[in-house]
Amino acid sequence: MKFDTVIGLEVHAELKTDTKIFCNCSTEFGAPANTHTCPVCLGHPGVLPVLNQRAVEYAMKASLALNCEIAGETKFDRKNYFYPDSPKAYQISQFDKPIGENGSLEIEVDGYKKNIGITRIHMEEDAGKLTHDEYDDHSLVDFNRVGTPLIEIVSEPDIETPEEAYAYLEKLKAVLQYTEVSDCKMEEGSLRCDANISLKPAGQEEFGTKTELKNLNSFTNVHKGLAYEEKRQEQELLSGGEILQETRRWDDAKKETTLMRVKEGSDDYRYFPEPDLVTLYVNEDWKSSIKATIPELPDARRERYMEEFDLPAYDAGVLTQSKNMADFFQETIDEGADAKQAANWLMGDVNGYLNSHDMELADTELTPSSLAKLVTLIDKGTISSKIAKTVFTDLMEQGGDPEQIVQDKGLVQISDEGELKQIVDKILENNPQSIEDYKNGKDKAIGFLVGQVMKETKGKANPQMVNKLIMEGMGMDA
Amino acid sequence: MSILEESFSGIHKKLHNKELKVSELVDASFSRIKEVDDKVQAFLTLNEEAARNQAAKMDEAMGTGNTRGLLFGLPAGIKDNIVTNGLRTTAASQLLANFDPVHNATVMDGLEEADALTIGKLNMDEFAMGSSNENSGFYSARNPWNTDYVPGGSSGGAAASVAAGEVSFSLGSDTGGSIRQPASYCGVVGLKPTYGRVSRYGLIAFASSLDQIGPLTKNVEDNALVLGQIAGHDRRDSTSADVGISDYLSSLTGDVKGMKIAVPKEYLGEGVHEGVRNRVLEALKVLEQQGAEWEEVSLPHSQYAVAAYYLLASSEASANLARFDGVRYGVRAENADNLIDMYKETRSQGFGDEVKRRIMLGTFALSSGYYDAYYKKAQKVRTLIKRDFDQILEKYDVIVGPTAPTTAFKIGEKVNDPLTMYANDILTIPVNLAGVPAISVPCGFSEGLPVGLQIISRPFEESTVYRAAHAYEQAAGHYKAKPEL
Amino acid sequence: MERISKDQVRHVAHLARLSVTEEEVDTFTEQLDDIIEFAEQLNELDTDDVEPTTHVLDIHNVLRKDEKRPSLDREEALKNAPDQEDGQVKVPSVLE
Repeated sequence: MKFDTVIGLEVHAELKTDTKIFCNCSTEFGAPANTHTCPVCLGHPGVLPVLNQRAVEYAMKASLALNCEIAGETKFDRKNYFYPDSPKAYQISQFDKPIGENGSLEIEVDGYKKNIGITRIHMEEDAGKLTHDEYDDHSLVDFNRVGTPLIEIVSEPDIETPEEAYAYLEKLKAVLQYTEVSDCKMEEGSLRCDANISLKPAGQEEFGTKTELKNLNSFTNVHKGLAYEEKRQEQELLSGGEILQETRRWDDAKKETTLMRVKEGSDDYRYFPEPDLVTLYVNEDWKSSIKATIPELPDARRERYMEEFDLPAYDAGVLTQSKNMADFFQETIDEGADAKQAANWLMGDVNGYLNSHDMELADTELTPSSLAKLVTLIDKGTISSKIAKTVFTDLMEQGGDPEQIVQDKGLVQISDEGELKQIVDKILENNPQSIEDYKNGKDKAIGFLVGQVMKETKGKANPQMVNKLIMEGMGMDA
Repeated sequence: MSILEESFSGIHKKLHNKELKVSELVDASFSRIKEVDDKVQAFLTLNEEAARNQAAKMDEAMGTGNTRGLLFGLPAGIKDNIVTNGLRTTAASQLLANFDPVHNATVMDGLEEADALTIGKLNMDEFAMGSSNENSGFYSARNPWNTDYVPGGSSGGAAASVAAGEVSFSLGSDTGGSIRQPASYCGVVGLKPTYGRVSRYGLIAFASSLDQIGPLTKNVEDNALVLGQIAGHDRRDSTSADVGISDYLSSLTGDVKGMKIAVPKEYLGEGVHEGVRNRVLEALKVLEQQGAEWEEVSLPHSQYAVAAYYLLASSEASANLARFDGVRYGVRAENADNLIDMYKETRSQGFGDEVKRRIMLGTFALSSGYYDAYYKKAQKVRTLIKRDFDQILEKYDVIVGPTAPTTAFKIGEKVNDPLTMYANDILTIPVNLAGVPAISVPCGFSEGLPVGLQIISRPFEESTVYRAAHAYEQAAGHYKAKPEL
Repeated sequence: MERISKDQVRHVAHLARLSVTEEEVDTFTEQLDDIIEFAEQLNELDTDDVEPTTHVLDIHNVLRKDEKRPSLDREEALKNAPDQEDGQVKVPSVLE
């Protein structure tokens, strides 16, 4: 029996405002516990919320960038539940009139394109941060994060594979970063994702029972959690079992989902209109003024890079996935680098370095100007690609001017034929066996000889020239 | 006669002529409290040291020619659901018995700027839920005219303290009649301003869409003076109106010639005691003699106001009171095994029965499957009630009737019957639902207890309310009567 | 007719985080039933075409600028907390 998988994602993104959504406290990340609070966000008796205009505008901007219709009339509601990280014991959120509805996002997976529907985008306030002390069996609350503006982006159940879920999240993050409404740093919690997944017999209309996945703290874990859950549900159904409506937690250490709680009916949040806030009307003028602030989005940028720099679709896609990378690429070219070379460096060595060091581009010392200079040095033959790699590591870690580094370390490529010929002759003289081997058809022997020359010149020899000189020295045609 | 029984202008004249010092005023206030508050039980917390220090400073500054606020030196009592920075604020709840605020209500900033002096915090029904003060989590305030009777509620301490001459004026709050009904029972003047006229920032919310802070005073002129100092737009309250404040004093012309008065038949019908009805009819005669005209009208939906009100107010309250969870402030129940027990024990020990009843009613009315039938239905009925008022007030300047259907009742008389207690607010509740301003002014006595006349007008026409109330008060003179304690 | 059952009263009390004794369940059930019966008189009114009123005044689009103001000192923020540790508010464990 075959099954269709149905996945829906709920993404929470913190908006990059200076202050909280309903008070003037700072939203800065990482401050000492409970130093960014006031009577309003602490829910002291008698306090009232006042809406942050920028939070509304960022929510509108994100909604527009995700092709949503903007509500002409929107409002806030109270969502009631008790938890120590929720000071008022209700969260101010939006229930029946969200700021954005009916949006969509195009994703591309394995060469096929697909539109994922966005049901709604609504504004709400974030909760505080709870930590648990296991020795003493109590919890501690830091209220700094309370009231940070959030948007919740709810997808339609259009996602059919964990790969599509991953692509959707990557794309969503890119759009939110391009529009500069959110940092989307999962490690700081400014982007969070819950996933719903259910299976149904292939072709059946009616959805199966879904489970909700929590603790998905990276896109990779979303993918892994969904893949695991897809298999678990399939096996359960195939063995005649039943899927229960439950919340499951992704355990990254065990690489499995474990039961958190079984849901009994739907939670009764007793939503009702927030009497302390007034209706918000969005007219065409306001909408268009926000629309005008939306920059070129990832898809458009990708198209442009393909055309303008003649890049393959894949390369343009990788380079425009994050705004930081796309901007970096653009600036490197503006600094005079060859587009293809710059693209190769960014996609290869730079991305490799970032992945292996788990870093963001902005965390390194590399600048568009230094990368452009590095590329130009190679182009001009001043340094070899091999030498360039050591300069690159310096640029990533210490920064600086590549020309200066090359000078200071004496890394300039030896392209003087006379100088190289002397070295080549010496190597050939010392390695008659290799010459013999080569002549007997062992092509590898030439690599050994080149290696010896490089060793002698500390890697600075112009490799093409060394090749040519060795061939000549052995009496072969270069 | 105690100096505190004088009007503001009388007191200010004496201060100006150096016949009186601010410290003597404050002294008079605390002496009176010491003398009678055992009986009246109007106060929950006194601010004696700070008030005396401030008074001494004001006396020193008297000679220096500094400008003085319009409430200079006047001893004020503050209902205990108005948050006062550094002065214990409990809303008469055991749950907040130790709450020491770190912020000030906007009205307190207004009073401070006007140089009023906070004498202490006043007793009330817990979280403003009640009509008798018997729901105070500490002790019940009593009616100064007869201490076997309730002072009304929820601003019982606010009305009783003014009637007993303990303070010059007080601030109360009115969600369904909580300023006007106790003003009526205690024979003082109490105004519920238009919704949005006075900032709610720092008022511990009961029902956010209905709550308003307002002044209680011995006469209309003093009342207008206080309102002028606390009214106005506040950026911290999104529901406060950006509408200019009138010069309320200048509206006290004594001229009501040609004023059109509507008297809803529902306000003089069944359930309104004869003594109350007679006093109101006499008052209408006084207004008539001054050139006003009155006609009987109908507010057909007013009979539904109490039901709609209890659903709406309780629903909002169920959310507003959820923050009292023992986490960040308040009295946390000890020895709870787990989080849920901590919540439940804290709230069950901290809240009184009436508060619990309303939280449960509101939680029920909002819960899934009942929202449309109860909460939303009540919001729709609210629309109909507001329409009634809009229509009448298009043709008439004011609506006049009794404030409450009866005079004060005996302590303990209705305490076990919530519905009868709720019915007592039948004439004040519609006003909150409609959001319009209304005042209660003394209009005589029935069987030795004060009766209040309610005057209602259009949104932001407090000046019209004051003009009618002042003209009536000056002609009838009932405000001069004082209780013997 | 019973408008609210004892089980519903228990459920509502739980939602509102109130503990109730069986005796209180009885009293509250009776009183709430009376109040709800009283409230049901609203059904006499036809409100199909009536808009609900959330705000009695027509105030809309009240917004503030995204400008930082000083927060409370931590000591001030926590001074009313019944229990605290290391600058955080301490509560019984949220884990079950």
